[in-house]
Amino acid sequence: MTSLTAFCTVAAIGILLIILAYIAMQGIGALSLNFLMNDPRPVGEGGGIRNAILGTVMLLVLSSLIGMPFGIAVGVYLSEFGTGRFGSVVRFLVDTLTGIPSIVTGVFVYTIVVVPLKHFSALAGGLALALIMIPIVARTTEEMIKLVPHSLREGALALGAPQWRVTLGVVVPAAASGIATGAMLAIARISGETAPLLFTAFGSRFFSYYLDQPIASLTVQIYNYAISPYDEWHAQAWAATLVLMTLILSINIAVRFLTRRKF
Amino acid sequence: MSTTAPTISTRVKVPERDPGTPDPSRTGDAAKIAVRDLDFYYGKSQALHGVSLQIPERIVMAFIGPSGCGKSTFLRTLNRMNDVIAGTRVVGEVLMDGVDVYQPGTDVVELRRKVGMVFQKSNPFPKSIFDNVAYGLRINRLTATKGELAERVEQALKDAALWNEVKDRLKTSALSLSGGQQQRLCIARALAIRPEVVLMDEPASALDPVATHKIEELIVELKKQYTIVIVTHNMQQAARVSDTTAFFLLGKLIEVNSTEKMFTNPNEKLTEDYITGRFG
Repeated sequence: MTSLTAFCTVAAIGILLIILAYIAMQGIGALSLNFLMNDPRPVGEGGGIRNAILGTVMLLVLSSLIGMPFGIAVGVYLSEFGTGRFGSVVRFLVDTLTGIPSIVTGVFVYTIVVVPLKHFSALAGGLALALIMIPIVARTTEEMIKLVPHSLREGALALGAPQWRVTLGVVVPAAASGIATGAMLAIARISGETAPLLFTAFGSRFFSYYLDQPIASLTVQIYNYAISPYDEWHAQAWAATLVLMTLILSINIAVRFLTRRKF
Repeated sequence: MSTTAPTISTRVKVPERDPGTPDPSRTGDAAKIAVRDLDFYYGKSQALHGVSLQIPERIVMAFIGPSGCGKSTFLRTLNRMNDVIAGTRVVGEVLMDGVDVYQPGTDVVELRRKVGMVFQKSNPFPKSIFDNVAYGLRINRLTATKGELAERVEQALKDAALWNEVKDRLKTSALSLSGGQQQRLCIARALAIRPEVVLMDEPASALDPVATHKIEELIVELKKQYTIVIVTHNMQQAARVSDTTAFFLLGKLIEVNSTEKMFTNPNEKLTEDYITGRFG
């Protein structure tokens, strides 16, 4: 039994390590300071992914600004007040929402935001990613808050705290590092999304930070370069993949560091 | 989210007494807390049966009785902590300084500020030692300046006999304290808002003898300023710290008497049987 589980663990981690090593090997060749500091150029002239890095960061910030407050609020509601029938309906819907294919979310946002406004935009991209984020954040927040012992709530109530202050001042902070881990998972998940961005942020070959304009992202750039017929772009796609992975990894480490248990 | 604590319990009014007949539970007007004909239900099961009791000011009253006899439930009716349990119901009156705490429109926040509580299992918040004690002061806006806040925190920690052990590390986590220190921190947290009554639900049951001894000394000390009601499983503890003892059995109040009389020559046979260890 021990050896079987150990074998499966090693196999799973081994595959992950092989993927990481392969991407690093393929990507390191085209990676350079110029690659990070320049915008795309026509084939044969080099160029880089500066606009895509900025675009990805903007999309992540935008979707977090929309998705986190909603997701955390839904999670708090479900754990603290969602004990009745309505709560279980919401819980079921949130679970269903987690399972919706991301391309569907992209098309949905295309219909309700892109079509009426008549052009692709960073805002639409951020919204699509936020919609994917909300159910993930909501469920992890709920689970983490449920882990906070009931005695803490009673302690705060006994000091004359009204319910909302107990929730915001004691329960949520006690679950903060767990909630942050859930938020991290959500960010890691959406930063790899390509499909919902094709119909919303669309992608761009130019440096842009306007919210109402199409914006580049690493994933869409990787996709476009990977399906192109040029070897140079293939190499750039690998390098961009390496950059994206490093970005996700550093966000992970940073948040772990910032939310490590102080108390 | 509502701005006040949820009140799930419902209350049924007791029929008014005929003013002509003397009220047996209304003898001492000096009582800090007077409970009259209190019934309590968890859903359909009745946990308290017609409990009437007077608790005078600035004494220590101990509640003893076997597990499940309703002593903790009764304690929690005094600051309406049972309100947070869904499906509970109260019938009867709990008068605090002559005012029924279950009457509609009672400010539960105000009540709990007057009636502090210490729980069986110490429950410090995952915050610093200082922030734990300051919590009640901050949410109730009891201090105007930072200096005043620090003063009140220091005083509360001194009252709880914890100041000397923690004065150099107020900013460290409350969870780094030992079990006994954590429980005294919870007492300091309750004392910081200067309640009039302190309810203690088996405050020393999870502590070693040394820590228990410190808590007991503290209770005797606190009696000078506060009215203290303590639930305990430990009869020696009741004998050591309390002035008056109440014995509960199966949701009924069997006997209330001075602690000395209770442990030497109780009026009721049931009390004697319990104290001498014949059951429970």
